[in-house]
Amino acid sequence: MLKPDRRSSLAISGRDLSLAARCSVPAVAVCAALFLTGADWRQFRGNESNGQAADAGPTSFDKLAWKAELPGRGLSAPVVVGGRVVLTASSGHQQDRLHVLCFDDDTGNLAWERQFWATGRTQTHPKICVASSSPASDGRRVFAQFSTNDVACLDLDGNLLWFRTLGYDHPNANNSLGMASSPVVADGTLVVQVESDAEAFALGIDAESGLDRWRVDRPQRSNWTSPTVLRDEGGRATAVLLQSSRGVQAVEPQSGKELWAYREGASTVESSALKDGVTYVPSHGLTALRPVESSDAPEMLWRSNRLGPGTASPVIVGDRVYVINSAGVLIAASLTDGEIAWRLRIEGPHTSSPVAAGELLYAVNEEGTARIIRLGRENGEVVAESVLGETILATPALASGALYVRSDGRLWKYAR
Amino acid sequence: MSLVLVVAIPFSGGSAEASGPDAARLLETINSVGPDGAGVIEAGRALRQLTAAGPAVLPDVLAAIDRANPRAANYLRAAAETIADRALAAGQELPAGRLLAFVEDRRHDPRARRLAFELLRRVDNAAAERLVPSLLTDPSGELRREAVQRKIELAEGLMKLHALADGPQRAAISELATGAYRAALTGAVDDDQVKAIVGPLRKLGHPVDLREHFGFITEWQVIGPFDHRGGIGLDAVYPPEREIDFGAEYDGQLGRVRWQPISTGHEYGIVDIAKQLENYKGSCMYLAAEFHSPERRNVQVRLGTPNSWKLWLNGRFLFGREEYHRGMKLDQYPVEVELQAGRNVILFKICQNEQDEDWAQRYEFQLRVCDPSGAAVRSQPPGQVGGGGGR
Repeated sequence: MLKPDRRSSLAISGRDLSLAARCSVPAVAVCAALFLTGADWRQFRGNESNGQAADAGPTSFDKLAWKAELPGRGLSAPVVVGGRVVLTASSGHQQDRLHVLCFDDDTGNLAWERQFWATGRTQTHPKICVASSSPASDGRRVFAQFSTNDVACLDLDGNLLWFRTLGYDHPNANNSLGMASSPVVADGTLVVQVESDAEAFALGIDAESGLDRWRVDRPQRSNWTSPTVLRDEGGRATAVLLQSSRGVQAVEPQSGKELWAYREGASTVESSALKDGVTYVPSHGLTALRPVESSDAPEMLWRSNRLGPGTASPVIVGDRVYVINSAGVLIAASLTDGEIAWRLRIEGPHTSSPVAAGELLYAVNEEGTARIIRLGRENGEVVAESVLGETILATPALASGALYVRSDGRLWKYAR
Repeated sequence: MSLVLVVAIPFSGGSAEASGPDAARLLETINSVGPDGAGVIEAGRALRQLTAAGPAVLPDVLAAIDRANPRAANYLRAAAETIADRALAAGQELPAGRLLAFVEDRRHDPRARRLAFELLRRVDNAAAERLVPSLLTDPSGELRREAVQRKIELAEGLMKLHALADGPQRAAISELATGAYRAALTGAVDDDQVKAIVGPLRKLGHPVDLREHFGFITEWQVIGPFDHRGGIGLDAVYPPEREIDFGAEYDGQLGRVRWQPISTGHEYGIVDIAKQLENYKGSCMYLAAEFHSPERRNVQVRLGTPNSWKLWLNGRFLFGREEYHRGMKLDQYPVEVELQAGRNVILFKICQNEQDEDWAQRYEFQLRVCDPSGAAVRSQPPGQVGGGGGR
């Protein structure tokens, strides 16, 4: 099985070739296509959950590659995998029609669409909607979760492989403002967090079969954060980090067994960012944690109460972490000690999380103003701006040098 | 098991044998998918085989939705969409006539009929459009929505003419617009459409009782407060959960309590405990209402509240939820229930916590009874024809 990883898709490992060797001729072509279409962006805030892309991104908004109309609302981010752009939407008076849409990355043409009937509660805050969780992919499949806690697994051609109705099976596991946690895939396990005031759990689902590998009870409190995957230097998923109001729980991807826990509280809105085995948690501002071998508690490297994010999650670029606070100020700080390097006021509010490629950061505020900010050593500078004219709550995606932005009604691709 | 047994209502105009026993077996496998992932491997395998069979099995797939649970229904929907996509991409035809007949047959599951309608639109949009006016009171809320929208648009067009007209012509147009709005209201179950109808209708001088339209229960018996300090009350079993005796008196949180009537004149049936009684912090209240049904039937109780709650029907616990101050919305919680013929008793328990923030002071609910499309089902006490919105 291919692993979701941070390698450029051009880098084919022996294991991948082994898989290709087992494929039939057409399947080999598909496998090859999967790996020859540039870097993927396979989950919310990118493959490493730090908002950073492998490739350089556009330097302006001048090159609109294509724009696609969407059949429903959504604040879920697109994912880009194997030359396809996949995203979710919801429609209907009760927002009870769920859409998984796949666009051809080159043309923007709709390649396929699957619709589902919501089985869980569809109520959300009016500002958001049922298509709130971003899909995830392991390179062969796409996993789409919705606020209703319906989870669909499809292959890249839109064939349904399995469907789980977590909201229907657990009708109290929801909240009246809507759910928004986005799933991740780690070591063949799809990890979903379903956490509300009335019932809360996390599930590890076998990505292949759709069956539960594990379930852990979670703090009974509404939680909109997304799990993140901790990897070793070889890219192997070693832990899935589950964030909540109580802190961070690190669990083994295959078993759900707790490996360590940080118990000093954390945000229930913004998710953590990771780099080089360190997780930067929105907790008491921002807290840097490094797991300690054979210890059930991580080492706290630093904490800064001046780095508390607003609603957007932090981004890591190079040796710095970037947060947008509730006052709409972008803050650059050192990954080493949290020391602030510079601040730049940008017009908010930002519900979507920024993403970055190279030294450029992409931020889109709720009013739909997209900005490209050059991240200098001494300061930040807005180098491009585009008014999209629509409310945007979704985090953008960056893949193969392109930027993908979606609103309730449209998906834009900006090329380099 | 034969397809005839699998499918509750054979596809109109089709034959059960058309797809053969394999399709029947595959549909049965899909319809066996259960909670917490039970049967997903088998259902996925069956789905792949079914979609490979091509458009010939499409009618059977749609008909199998009649018996499908919500999990299986989504597998069947995916099967229908995949089959249709592949067939159309290959230049094959979909059976438009049979799709049309399926939509017209109201015995089929509303979801399946809506799906058939969507497939029909892809191959014969004109036929689908011709159907729309007949769907005004359809069992499928989604289907009726389109018919209602047409009536609204007609009425809105007439209102534009009305603004330009005068004298007898103006009166005649007013009458036509009123008729269109009234027709629209007979089918409207979604609040956005109801609002789009009721505003102009009232301006035209025609009152509308929304409590009646939606089927809110407006007359209750209430008892309380009972102790909920520290969050103990939701799961505590107080006397009204053991017996409904409207003449009884019990020890409550602040002294002896007895049942008393409470009613609401709120347009959307909201019973406001905090305003109409008192915002007892850390308390729970019980409310009971009688509901008469001429027959045994499946309906939905739909309620909205920003408080924690539990619900019983005829002494049987249905559902409960512990959540506070995350908002309240019409039809926030739909609960499937089976009414018995004759007198039914709905018991509702509502709890207020002890948060002291300004935004955490609401202590209220609204509750209505409706069919799955959202159309009101009204209490019909013996000797009363048409009921009275639960009163």
